[in-house]
Amino acid sequence: MKTTMKKVFALLFALVFVMAFAACNNTPADDPSVKSEGVMTHDEYIAAAIDDEVVIEAYVQAKQSWWDNKATIYAQDADGAYFIYNVACSEEDYAKLEKGAKIKVTGYKADFSGEIEIADGTFELLEGNYVAPIFDVTSLLGTEDLIKHQNEYVAFKGMTVEPAAEGSDAAFLYKWDGSGQDGDDLYFNVSLNGTTYTFTVESYLCDNTTDVYAAVKNLKVGDVIDMEGFLYWYAGVNPHITAVTVK
Amino acid sequence: MKNIFKRAFALTFTAVFLALTLTSCHGSKGMKVFEIPEEFDTSRDYEINFWAKNDTNKTQVDIYKKAISDFEALYPNVTVNLRLYTDYGRIYNDVITNISTNTTPNVCITYPDHIATYLTGTNTVVPLDQLFADEKYGFGGSEVLFDAPTQEEIIPKFLSECAFDGHYYALPFMRSTEACYINKTYVEKLGYTLPEKLTWDFIWEVADKAAQKNEDGTFAVNGQKVMIPFIYKSTDNMMIQMIKQKGSGYSTENGEINIFNDTTKELLLTVADHVKTGAFSTFKISSYPANFLNAGQCVFAIDSTAGATWMGTDAPLSDISEENLVRFETAVMPVPQFDPDEPKMISQGPSVCIFNKDDSNEVLASWLFVQFLLTNDVQIAYSQTEGYVPVTSKAQNSDEYTDYLSRAGEDNKLYYDVKLKATKLLLDNIDNTFVTPVFNGSASLRDAAGQMIENVTKSIRRKQTVDDSYINELYFDMTSLYRLNRLTNVSGGTADLGKLPQTAVWLISAIIAAWVIIIVYVILQKIKKVKK
Repeated sequence: MKTTMKKVFALLFALVFVMAFAACNNTPADDPSVKSEGVMTHDEYIAAAIDDEVVIEAYVQAKQSWWDNKATIYAQDADGAYFIYNVACSEEDYAKLEKGAKIKVTGYKADFSGEIEIADGTFELLEGNYVAPIFDVTSLLGTEDLIKHQNEYVAFKGMTVEPAAEGSDAAFLYKWDGSGQDGDDLYFNVSLNGTTYTFTVESYLCDNTTDVYAAVKNLKVGDVIDMEGFLYWYAGVNPHITAVTVK
Repeated sequence: MKNIFKRAFALTFTAVFLALTLTSCHGSKGMKVFEIPEEFDTSRDYEINFWAKNDTNKTQVDIYKKAISDFEALYPNVTVNLRLYTDYGRIYNDVITNISTNTTPNVCITYPDHIATYLTGTNTVVPLDQLFADEKYGFGGSEVLFDAPTQEEIIPKFLSECAFDGHYYALPFMRSTEACYINKTYVEKLGYTLPEKLTWDFIWEVADKAAQKNEDGTFAVNGQKVMIPFIYKSTDNMMIQMIKQKGSGYSTENGEINIFNDTTKELLLTVADHVKTGAFSTFKISSYPANFLNAGQCVFAIDSTAGATWMGTDAPLSDISEENLVRFETAVMPVPQFDPDEPKMISQGPSVCIFNKDDSNEVLASWLFVQFLLTNDVQIAYSQTEGYVPVTSKAQNSDEYTDYLSRAGEDNKLYYDVKLKATKLLLDNIDNTFVTPVFNGSASLRDAAGQMIENVTKSIRRKQTVDDSYINELYFDMTSLYRLNRLTNVSGGTADLGKLPQTAVWLISAIIAAWVIIIVYVILQKIKKVKK
């Protein structure tokens, strides 16, 4: 009897331990859809007017740049993405912004040539971690639904590399018109179903030491490629590509 | 007696030690003064690093490359390495970073404001006065292997912009000013006729009217959901020009800051009023003026004449898609004025400076290359890429350039009429241009001038109150943020002052010697007394 009780007790203990572990592993801090008090949901953020003050909680997906105590960050929660432009940030804090880190940002909603961003913000680092799953937007290219995924981490599949400039064999340009040099942004054209789009390797986000920079420099016109990146906007869709795979 | 000699010796030693430390340690970390070599040593090879700025314009890059290859053909022992930038600020930051490690470029495109900061390093930037006048290698020098302009052929106004602290520290490379690119079609649709000379009153009045909306929320003038009637690209220039036109304080030549005054406050409150009506925004807040102008979402776009190829329905360069372009007539006018009879507009554009190196022949090679940038081929070709003006009368008066100016509108590329109108605007107004005083920190003051407009604009858009107390607080913040209470003139402050001049060395030595003689005399007198 004693032994049975012991076994039951051990079993119950193990069960409680497993449940507690499971619960710990799913704290509100790690639930990307749960917001603290006074923080907007993604829908509320989207509904806010340009120049309104916004307060959001999101998870760092990529760091684009740090300069003069200002950082530019791609962040995301379970419902959508945020481009956080030039948020006040010390170099020390910037180092702490690992992929998945949870942050609370207070700033102003802004629109720069179609790119919706949070400007003049401040942030605080919170407990929590979340890395957004990649979302395939290939089928949304050319549709009005694409912009709903602005700034999200997205995939494009099976697109064909086109000449970077009319009458050229080159598959990419340094800067938009070829006026740049190694280390500058790379611009390349890819098509799908007869429509051509210009994609960019943003040199602050992925510099000339990264795999994607090298991959784009090795592209050839006619290559069919899969890509990953952030759905940036400038006078139309202008994705910032972070990975390229030639099929 | 022995003791007295010991003391005298110790005193003399101290005096010599002081003289040596005073004269040698002062500025010991800097470069030595550049001296022009007797002959350019062509038996050796030189590498010149040239940091150049372009306007994200491939043609400009190609012109730099051609200039380099033409120069290298004349001087086969010189190799010029081109590093490209599209932003003056980036060049400035990189130069500052490299001064401490003595890894500056040989030649770089820059603004005089920036050179004032570079000058805080000892002999970092080469003063050009002696090079200008050198018989062999100066302007029109006997050993120069190309047809360089003479000093008199550099437009005096442009050249004077490169002189400060008693020396020439740069040469002008290209000059531009700002222009107001106007959707004339919309101005007339709003019931106005463009005046002969643009005034601030006119712009604000028309812009306020253009901000009026239909009941459905679209703007009356364009029927679109977006309209920013007046967009300014460089708010630094906006504030600086308004202040100059008003004749109010900005700074003195010595770096005394005078910008935080009642006139500036009045200007900021006026800007605030027109942000409230929706009439005004800035590039930093809303994006490039050209994008809005060409999409029919702006009436007055103020940008550099060096941005003219982006302006207008038929602009050869555009960031917006074909379907978003709107057809309209583009007028190009000088920036608005408070007193149209006394127009004042900024002079801007790239200048070029030379950094000092241990090898004086390397510096001489840099100087020859800089002179080469002022030859007609380079000047005319580069000026044609945008609404730039060549900086030499030699180029401006050449048949090739005169022919170019006469062909406005023949196509929408080389002869794009908006670009040529912008160019002529500056050519007609060279005497009306001005620059601000250059001193260590003048670049920060310029930033602060623009930032005040940016802050006021943002605050109004964010429904904050902009009033007297807001402006007073803004003045305090700007002073603190840009450290405007700690500025010095070019050679002042904590800068390394370099070696003492020879005359000062002699003076200090003479004073020390006099003291030594006095002390020796006193000691000898004491000895005499003791002996007695």
